[in-house]
Amino acid sequence: MDAPLPQRPSRRDVLGGFAAASLGSLLAGRAFGEGGASLARGPHFPAKAKHVIWLHMAGSPSQLDLFDEKPKLRDFDRKPIPPEFVAGERFAFIEGTPKVLASPYAFARHGECGANLSELLPHTAAIADKLTIVRSMVTDQFNHTPAQIFLNTGSPVLGRPSVGAWLSYGLGSECDDLPAFVVMLSGAKGPSGGTSLWGSGFLPTVHQGVRLRGDGDPVLYLSNPPGVDDACRRRSLDALRALNERRLADVGDPEIETRIAQYDLSLRMQASVPALADLASESQETLDLYGVTPGESGFARNALLARRLVERGVRHVHLYHWGWDSHGTSPGDDLMTSLPQRCLETDRASAALVTDLERRGLLDETIVVWGGEFGRTPMNEARNGSTYLGRDHHPHAFSIWLAGGGFRPGLQYGATDELGYFVVEDPLPVHDLHATLLHQLGIDHEKLTYFFQGRDFRLTDVAGKVVTELLA
Amino acid sequence: MLFPALLTLSLAAPQDAIDYARDVAPLFEARCVECHGAEKRKAGLRLDSGAAVLAGSDHGEVAVVVPGDLDGSLLWELVTSDDEDERMPPEGAALSADELDVLRRWIVDGARVPAAAPDAAPTHWAWTPPVRPAVPAVGDGWARGDVDRFVLARMQAQGLAPAPEADRATLLRRLSLDLTGLPPTLAELDAFLADAAPGAYERQVERLLASDAYAEHMARAWLDLARYADTNGYEKDERRSMWRWRDWVIEAYARDLGYDAFTVEQLAGDLLPDATLEQRIATGFHRNTMVNAEGGVDPEEYRVAAVVDRVDTTGAVWLGTTLGCARCHSHKYDPISQREYFRVFAYFNSTKDVGPSDQPRLEAPRAQDVAALAARASEVAALEAELATWTPALEAELAALAPAAPRWRVLAATEAASRDGATLTKLADGSVLVAGESPERDALTLAFAPDADGAQQLRIEVLPDDAHPRRGPGRAGNGNFVLSELRAFLVDEAGARTPLALADARADYEQPGWPAAGVVDGDAATGWAVDGGIGRAHQWVARLAVPLPADVPARLELELDEAYGGRHTIGRLRVSLSNDAPSGAALLPPDVEDLLARREGLADAERETLRAWFRGQAAALAPARERLAALRALPGPPTTLVMEELPAPRATHVLERGSFLAPGEEVACGVPAVMGPLPDDAPANRLGFARWLVSGAHPLTARVEVNRLWAQLFGRGLVTTEQDFGTQGATPTHPALLDWLAVEFVERGWSTKALLRELVTSATYRQDSRVSADALARDPANVWLARGARYRVDAEVVRDTALALSGLLDRTVGGPSVFPPQVPGIWRQTYSDDRWSNSDGGDRFRRGLYTFWRRTAPYPTFVAFDAPSREVVCTRRSRSNTPLQALALLNDPAYVELAVGLAARALREGPQGDRARLAWAFRLCTARAADAAELDVLAALLDGERAHFAADPDAAAALVRVPFELDRGGADDAELAAWTLTANVLLNLAETVTRS
Repeated sequence: MDAPLPQRPSRRDVLGGFAAASLGSLLAGRAFGEGGASLARGPHFPAKAKHVIWLHMAGSPSQLDLFDEKPKLRDFDRKPIPPEFVAGERFAFIEGTPKVLASPYAFARHGECGANLSELLPHTAAIADKLTIVRSMVTDQFNHTPAQIFLNTGSPVLGRPSVGAWLSYGLGSECDDLPAFVVMLSGAKGPSGGTSLWGSGFLPTVHQGVRLRGDGDPVLYLSNPPGVDDACRRRSLDALRALNERRLADVGDPEIETRIAQYDLSLRMQASVPALADLASESQETLDLYGVTPGESGFARNALLARRLVERGVRHVHLYHWGWDSHGTSPGDDLMTSLPQRCLETDRASAALVTDLERRGLLDETIVVWGGEFGRTPMNEARNGSTYLGRDHHPHAFSIWLAGGGFRPGLQYGATDELGYFVVEDPLPVHDLHATLLHQLGIDHEKLTYFFQGRDFRLTDVAGKVVTELLA
Repeated sequence: MLFPALLTLSLAAPQDAIDYARDVAPLFEARCVECHGAEKRKAGLRLDSGAAVLAGSDHGEVAVVVPGDLDGSLLWELVTSDDEDERMPPEGAALSADELDVLRRWIVDGARVPAAAPDAAPTHWAWTPPVRPAVPAVGDGWARGDVDRFVLARMQAQGLAPAPEADRATLLRRLSLDLTGLPPTLAELDAFLADAAPGAYERQVERLLASDAYAEHMARAWLDLARYADTNGYEKDERRSMWRWRDWVIEAYARDLGYDAFTVEQLAGDLLPDATLEQRIATGFHRNTMVNAEGGVDPEEYRVAAVVDRVDTTGAVWLGTTLGCARCHSHKYDPISQREYFRVFAYFNSTKDVGPSDQPRLEAPRAQDVAALAARASEVAALEAELATWTPALEAELAALAPAAPRWRVLAATEAASRDGATLTKLADGSVLVAGESPERDALTLAFAPDADGAQQLRIEVLPDDAHPRRGPGRAGNGNFVLSELRAFLVDEAGARTPLALADARADYEQPGWPAAGVVDGDAATGWAVDGGIGRAHQWVARLAVPLPADVPARLELELDEAYGGRHTIGRLRVSLSNDAPSGAALLPPDVEDLLARREGLADAERETLRAWFRGQAAALAPARERLAALRALPGPPTTLVMEELPAPRATHVLERGSFLAPGEEVACGVPAVMGPLPDDAPANRLGFARWLVSGAHPLTARVEVNRLWAQLFGRGLVTTEQDFGTQGATPTHPALLDWLAVEFVERGWSTKALLRELVTSATYRQDSRVSADALARDPANVWLARGARYRVDAEVVRDTALALSGLLDRTVGGPSVFPPQVPGIWRQTYSDDRWSNSDGGDRFRRGLYTFWRRTAPYPTFVAFDAPSREVVCTRRSRSNTPLQALALLNDPAYVELAVGLAARALREGPQGDRARLAWAFRLCTARAADAAELDVLAALLDGERAHFAADPDAAAALVRVPFELDRGGADDAELAAWTLTANVLLNLAETVTRS
């Protein structure tokens, strides 16, 4: 067997004509030959959807205060939790016997589907009939980094490719001047898992997520140096191309041809990325729909950019919004001040994204996912006797929603017990979510594999099943 | 696709019993194994051994042959199927009637296969120790050495012929980049071109192997294997000090430490007899594991995770084996059982490091600092001795000290109350002990018996007590307290309270920022605290603004506020009055004041307390005290994390499914049987394991290392899966050469330099890397080595090359990691508040291997050029070619400033005249002369930019502005800017970032 060493373009790819080659195809690894990978790229059957926009609420929002009302918690409010729920449990921060905490927020039914949602999410509630709400997500990690990495890569161990990287590898891009996999961050900090969350793991690095930044250059080093204008840059690149072409003619190394193409493409990105990031072509009505203030970075702007990215054919857009880690150690991370603030920052724009995609005819081919990496406890954390209300990490049950891409609108899926502690109906493990997403994109999750360190790896590891009940 | 004409099967006569080896195996080999062999394993099925056939498909999950049951055998169903889409083999003719007959009879007869003897020698090539192979006789025309003979034999078998030798300039650039990671200087180039004596090339090899840059370059590659970083990884990703280990690696390569000792010291240097400091530092290799300090993590979970990482890394780096596959279940492809995995695990399971702690940590002074540190230590010892010696002169000075203390009367408390529930107890000495509940904050109320002796001063003593953290006098975890406010009242017979004004508050000791005056300023946010004086008695004294007259009974009440929080409350206090007027002398600690007043007849312990205090005051000792304080303020030696063995080994259990929560059978340490036995005298610890690796009889260690060194020079290994020599890894392209190199490596004392010397002086290495379309089509990956290798250099070499060409490279070797320019915000995405701050001076321009490596946010241009995050072992970097690389080299301010540097250097050092200067700069970057057409391109660019910037001086000034001194040879901004863009193009040439 020849090695899985797909770094070099084959002659066939290079001679395939770089004049017509697209950045998308390069970034998506089409220039990398087929060598090394097991026989594994998609699509394996006709796809329902082409794009994914994943709105990752980093830190993990409290499902009990947003999606999963538990009136029973009021019976036990501020009383010790019944021991059968916590025997043998390990918590990140809670010590001793924790006390139950009822949600301080009111819930109401919305839409024809009657989804029961918190007063903190009025815009999400208004589009309830378009959403597939899952109240039975489960994970097996209860700290942020491993849980985020698990949710993003299907394994809590670092070094595996993320969902977006798998999609870039499996499906490539439909866009010729943007990467296949784009990441945007908002909030005061990035997600704790860091760049591993959008890494390519053992896949070729072209598949890693490219970060569009909220301040400075949207892509690192996109701007010319100070004092260098576009004409200047064009002259430099012309000279560079002439010199590289002479070298190519002398030594015949196809890698030089690739590099010439990449410089041309970098120039195209210098036009396409700022054009993407320039919201001047958006109507005031659209800006208002998302709640975007021109010139301000943040989640609303990123959500609008996500729509613009899938419009241009980008395969996978992953947004992270920091600040949902509602432990209740201070007003900065509690349920009364911090949680409503996070909702204000994200509720309108998340709903707007679904609405906007739908009215542009993009929702059918785009899957939107909204949620954190795990849930939060039905108990008050009260770390070090804190009097601010907060909830600890909770892997056994959490809520997410999906929209578009053939997921069944208006569906309420799964249920938890009367305290919201464990899932009692239709648990949805992370691998099943991944398998179902891939299915909608035309990929058999057991067939999208990559041979590495002695075996075939896949996003769903050795698990995962397609949950057809979630689908329209 | 197979051609039936080539088949020469000796099919069994119908009446003979079927013999698997004679009849069935050749059939599978001819018709099936191309897809169902070691390489492709379609459907997880192998038909290349009897055992594999019976094991079935999906890696043994589905039987394809059921002995004796023809209809139940999937294999029979598929080879006889009428459905063309289903029938096997899918290509070529269906099996003939004779072939089918063989299969049918074999299955019906019970599908017997030869039994594999349980102790049979392993058949996979990599588990048999290498034996020196015969050197092919291929004639001496082209070959310079045996390496070439092995290569030429394989080349000829492919019908290929070697390329001519590369020209000298290309050779020196190749050699310099390969051995040092830096391009040659023009002086080095000229010297080599002018050296007409025999052995000129070999002299360059020796020069480069002897350079510091060689050691740095080799170390840099090792850091990927060691997953070296300057942070802990995971969420918080805090800094750690490991650079002394990194410098150990550099020094090891510099002195060509044999790979055997290199291995033993890194894996088990601490267990060597009389281990030296350097040998203990070396064990940091396996302390480069990540550490998770996130809330609520189970230290045991992450200790196990670190041990797992050590086993996996050891497997990848030394054994070329994916041991990790055997963690959750026995290895599916290689003969390593889960039990054997945990026996290897046991070697690494008995070290002291646990969870987020950074212990064990070693003070590791650098050799050049040892003498100075020793001198400092002896000076400290001498000063401490001087300060501890009591002399007649000191006795005289002490005797002369006049007792200045006022006469204090201790007030006995009649009532004492804590607002937030602390328990107050009156002690015999008149003090009040605060114990029991330890509230965050508190307020004390104290009332005293009537006193009629008059008062001008009020004193609060805070006293140490064993009941409190660090003996107090406060109850906070560090022994401190904050007295926020104090109010005093006179209470009359009727209980009416009159406030007493307090003034001139003083104390014998004030924590900086927490002065005595803060107690009586009416502001609860200020107050008196004593950190820096923990564990000792202190006194706070204030003057009564209106003295209390004598002979009038006065009943005093005090309210003390302790509002700071964090249990910063007083643990024991005593209240006194004095009718003496304040003296103006500095306050002394109350116990000292008492001893001074009593002076004569002190007990020994009391006398020593007094003397100890006085040694801290005596004028005669002031110089010694100041010098000692200054010495103690100097930074200590750097620290580094090391391995240390527990006194008694930790028990190791097979962990079911690999989970630390499910321990199973207990196992002792041991090595996988397939890799050969331990040496007879190997101790049952890491040292024994390391000695097993480098015994010289190990089948893998030398092969894996020579293959990696080969890959470092030729761009791909003889085994292209550097981390996997198992059955799932790639087959060696030149197996005999690999074994020859492995044997040579061991026999030459595991000398890395000797091996590299052998490789780089070969004719194979020296070939021209030009490639024709035809040659490219015949061997696109250059498997058969019929031309020189050509590839883009690694991330750090991209930067180091630009640094060297710009003339800005700082050649300092070793030391703490540095912070070259990085655009703002890269670290913001991580979960901590740590900030990147660009280094100044030479540290701005150090080689890439010294760049601070943060696992959650590695240096972004390194990432763009495929550097790993160093979270786990990386045995091979990919070599991508992306537009992000173009953007980085064109626009990253860190590269633009190097273009300015190169431009200034060309203007400063280059010859006069544009074309001559351009030719000089071009040759600097590529080592070759530009041709006329290339110079035309550059000259046109330069002329155009010169005109452009002359017309736009602001743009020129903006481009060439750099935050460091630069000699630009007298050029103005426009000239420097035009040259900067030209230099930027030169630094972006594919040729500049390519080793060819």
